[in-house]
Amino acid sequence: MNTMHARSTIRRSRGLLALVAAAALAACSSPVKLNNTAAPVETRTGTTPGQTATTPAANSTSPSANSSAVKPVDLTKADTMATGPAGRIVYFDFDSYVVKDEFRGVVEGNAKALSADRKLHMSIEGHTDERGGREYNLALGQKRSEAVLKALTLLGANDAQLEAVSFGKERPAMQGSDEAAWAKNRRAEIVSR
Amino acid sequence: MLKRRTLLATSAALALPAWAQFRVEISGVGATQVPIAVLKFRDEDKTAPSAPTAAIVRADLERSGLFRMVEGATPLDETSQPNMSEWRSKASDALLAGSLSRLADGRFDVRFKLWDVVKGAEIGAQATAVDPGELRLAAHRIADFVYQKLTGDKGVFSTRIAYVTKGGGRYTLRIADADGEGGQVAVNSAEPIISPAWSPDGRELAYVSFENQKAVVYAQELLTGKRRVIANFRGSNSAPAWSTDGKDLAVTLSRDKGSQLYLISRTGENPRRLTTSQAIDTEPVFAPDGRGIYFVSDRGGGPQIYRTLVSGNGNVERITFAGAYNISPAISPDGRTMAYISRIGGNTFRLHTLDLTGSGQPVALTDTSDDESPSFAPNGRLIIYASRAQGRDVLMTTTLDGKIKARLVSTTADVREPTWGPYGR
Repeated sequence: MNTMHARSTIRRSRGLLALVAAAALAACSSPVKLNNTAAPVETRTGTTPGQTATTPAANSTSPSANSSAVKPVDLTKADTMATGPAGRIVYFDFDSYVVKDEFRGVVEGNAKALSADRKLHMSIEGHTDERGGREYNLALGQKRSEAVLKALTLLGANDAQLEAVSFGKERPAMQGSDEAAWAKNRRAEIVSR
Repeated sequence: MLKRRTLLATSAALALPAWAQFRVEISGVGATQVPIAVLKFRDEDKTAPSAPTAAIVRADLERSGLFRMVEGATPLDETSQPNMSEWRSKASDALLAGSLSRLADGRFDVRFKLWDVVKGAEIGAQATAVDPGELRLAAHRIADFVYQKLTGDKGVFSTRIAYVTKGGGRYTLRIADADGEGGQVAVNSAEPIISPAWSPDGRELAYVSFENQKAVVYAQELLTGKRRVIANFRGSNSAPAWSTDGKDLAVTLSRDKGSQLYLISRTGENPRRLTTSQAIDTEPVFAPDGRGIYFVSDRGGGPQIYRTLVSGNGNVERITFAGAYNISPAISPDGRTMAYISRIGGNTFRLHTLDLTGSGQPVALTDTSDDESPSFAPNGRLIIYASRAQGRDVLMTTTLDGKIKARLVSTTADVREPTWGPYGR
């Protein structure tokens, strides 16, 4: 159980996503893709580099071990969110720093991962909604991230594994000036360092 | 100083669209304004189309709130003998005329003369040779000359401002003329930049950058672009404010948990804790006397503005009492007025001033609802601040009575975090 928790936390984390992607590339994990590589390799034999671009194989989207195509790995927020935000984000009520009961699972899961692997380090990034001053909101976001840090250490994480920081209102998860957007932006994100 | 006359039938003169070229929108009418005619400089269209001298001078003077433009069709320059009775009939108290000409070495010869129309006498004249890139600055210096001669106060038109633009996913810290034009890029980043602060000598900017996925305070020499870390401790590092002698900065650090005020040297050494509370303490700003520090704290519940001493004797005095949310203090150069942002009702954040010398009540300077980041001009006569208009972050200036406001900077990007630089450049 512990291992599974740890793995799911790692997969969600921003910093380690690159490692996961790199491992996937090296292993060519998908059998479907492996089967598809046969045709392009055959077509390429006997063609000059100049002609390669015009062959149907070069236009094919199938990845090839010999192809010079590069698959970009984008490590921006959207990608990490796609792996499951529920496991690393704690949402807060307006003007509040209380880690609500419904996010106990998020805190427990990450605390377990941290106590299982003492080499693991995480940042907790506090955020606020758009209302109010930038510096005061930075301090409010800091208060939220420190509340999550405290909750994590109470469940077994070491203080030295963690850093609480804040983005204030500078990096909203959702654009908009209504309560729906504000509620999504009052949050603390647990990210791997 | 000119003697002002009562003027009744000159409202048509206000139609002069000096701001049309600048997209500087001026609204409001000041109580006492000197009527002045600023004529187009001879050959300015031909020699300096990118820096329309007269229009820059007019916009500067209008933004100050102390001048009202009088239209005049007669072409004149600094060598002319103006017909004073003609200008008196237009109810103008002063007249500015001049010329631009290109010199053999590529520079421009900028000449002007200022007349007192009431007395029918010359007030002053100057001739300067400037590089092509300094024509805009030359125009601001002419506005400063006029402002000083006619009001007795030092002008701020040739000073600089810093601000941050956000557009196309980039954050750019820019340095511009006091009218927001002629902006130069100081920092360009994919991550947010906030809280720029000028060193007292105007050579450096401190600011907060999130380029390392956390708030870190940097200082940067504007001339060389050389950067150094002022504070990068565990947690967040923010809200830099230079001491009046430029040797230290006050910053907000969370390295000991909670956001607290510290003093740190301009080289980023020797951090000393300034406040000790269980609450948020942030947004420090030095009083002009160099001994006091104003800051924001929620030690009383919501955020309010307090004052303590740099010497750190522990005494903390509360400054704001009206309203439940008062932040972002800025102190006038004479130490008598505080500008700050106060929340009114639920979601209205409005620029206010408070007289620090007595028991005065807060005065709202705007009727907008998203004001942020006030900063005083070095002569204390104007405040620059950020606000929102048509769904965009914009920069505004206002006179201290709130009567004359101007919108600065023409751009499609969001413009925010303005801070007014010191005299001298």
